Amino acid sequence: MDNMNPKEIVICRCSDVTLADLFALFEQGYRTFEELKRIKRVGMGPCQANTCGKMVQWEIAKYFDIPLEEALFHNLRPFTLGIKLKHIKEGSDT
Amino acid sequence: MKHVEVLIIGAGPAGLSAADVLLEAGAEVALIDRSDRPGGQLTKQTHMFFGSQEHYASKRGIEILHVLYDKIKDHPRLHMFSETTVAGLYPDRVVACVSGQRYFTIQADIIIVATGASEKSLPFENNDLPGVYAAGAVQTLMNVYGVKPGDKVLMVGSGNIGLIVAYQLMQAGVKVPVLVEAAKTISGYHVHASKIRRLGVDIRMRTSIKRALGTDHVEGAQIWQLDARWQGIAGTEETIEVDTICLAVGLSPLTELLQQLGAEVIYINELGGHVPRLNEKFETTVEGVYACGDVAGIEEASSAMIAGKIAGLEAALKQGYALEDAQARQAALHTSLKTLRSGPHGEKIRKGHARLGART
Repeated sequence: MDNMNPKEIVICRCSDVTLADLFALFEQGYRTFEELKRIKRVGMGPCQANTCGKMVQWEIAKYFDIPLEEALFHNLRPFTLGIKLKHIKEGSDT
Repeated sequence: MKHVEVLIIGAGPAGLSAADVLLEAGAEVALIDRSDRPGGQLTKQTHMFFGSQEHYASKRGIEILHVLYDKIKDHPRLHMFSETTVAGLYPDRVVACVSGQRYFTIQADIIIVATGASEKSLPFENNDLPGVYAAGAVQTLMNVYGVKPGDKVLMVGSGNIGLIVAYQLMQAGVKVPVLVEAAKTISGYHVHASKIRRLGVDIRMRTSIKRALGTDHVEGAQIWQLDARWQGIAGTEETIEVDTICLAVGLSPLTELLQQLGAEVIYINELGGHVPRLNEKFETTVEGVYACGDVAGIEEASSAMIAGKIAGLEAALKQGYALEDAQARQAALHTSLKTLRSGPHGEKIRKGHARLGART
């Protein structure tokens, strides 16, 4: 993959984050999923990192030369999908 | 807020099996699934299963689904919620659900998480081009909805999913000229690989995809050979004329709900990613919350059905139901699971569970 163009490799389709975007952040010293997420919104779209998560983890491990299990995953919170506040209110009243 | 005794998330092979045992024990069960039909992966598995009679060998996945679901669907203590997504899990086993525009919460004494897995993706140039699919999506399109994804497909990955979907594509009249595999060996069953080879699929080892070609949709794929460090070798590029690229590069357990709840997860590569730490009763580190099936480590539907039964039995015992021969049944189920994991193809799973065991 070293011979590929990172600008043309999409890691997060929901938020349109490329591998080049991740490399740029790595160069600035960011190295956890949580940090990348806060800056670039990677993993914050409809799939909630279920597609890009493993690729981000893999790229972190590779770039910093650490085992995959040491590439920290992001914090997961409710909800798993988008819900309108109106519907939460209606549903909570009943 | 509604209350239910046992809430099962996911009506796939694990969830359906757990529900069956719990209903038999006398429990009230809510079974939630985001799809419009129960069965999980079984809904699209038109191939026959291997193994012994006990594991539904020589039955097709869709037939197994009917055996499992027909047995419980009219049970008066079963509350089936289809097209309902669990949006959040909260302390005290409060479950937030969304169905269409309706939001509601349910509190449960026991939660069994049987959410299964999601498909892994792959970084390569132009990988967001329409026509790039995950293999499970292709299987859903063809076998559930009767829609052909394209006319000529490059398959990426030689696990059982890649091999079986390649075969099913050909059954549907779709051409599969090439299958690429990054590793040195076929990772699925050789019987499946031999079958598609006989049908003319060119299986290339140590090869991967470099780039999807096309502007609005896939018009081809550039593949290349990999070196010992899994890096593409410049100069070995080759263009394959296809209109669809199908990625069968593995599955990852869907543990997000468990993580929301703070259940401990551990990264085990052999099991597909983050998996929950479970005790011998398949209970997570959060009391009253169990996990079974692919969410606890990627395996096959046969193992998921047994794991579902184990979790169901343990949950029933925890609720105080007196089950005849409970101990003997548990022992038999654990033996059965062990049998499924024996043999050369269970090596990765055994290794994964050994690593998980060592870390817990």
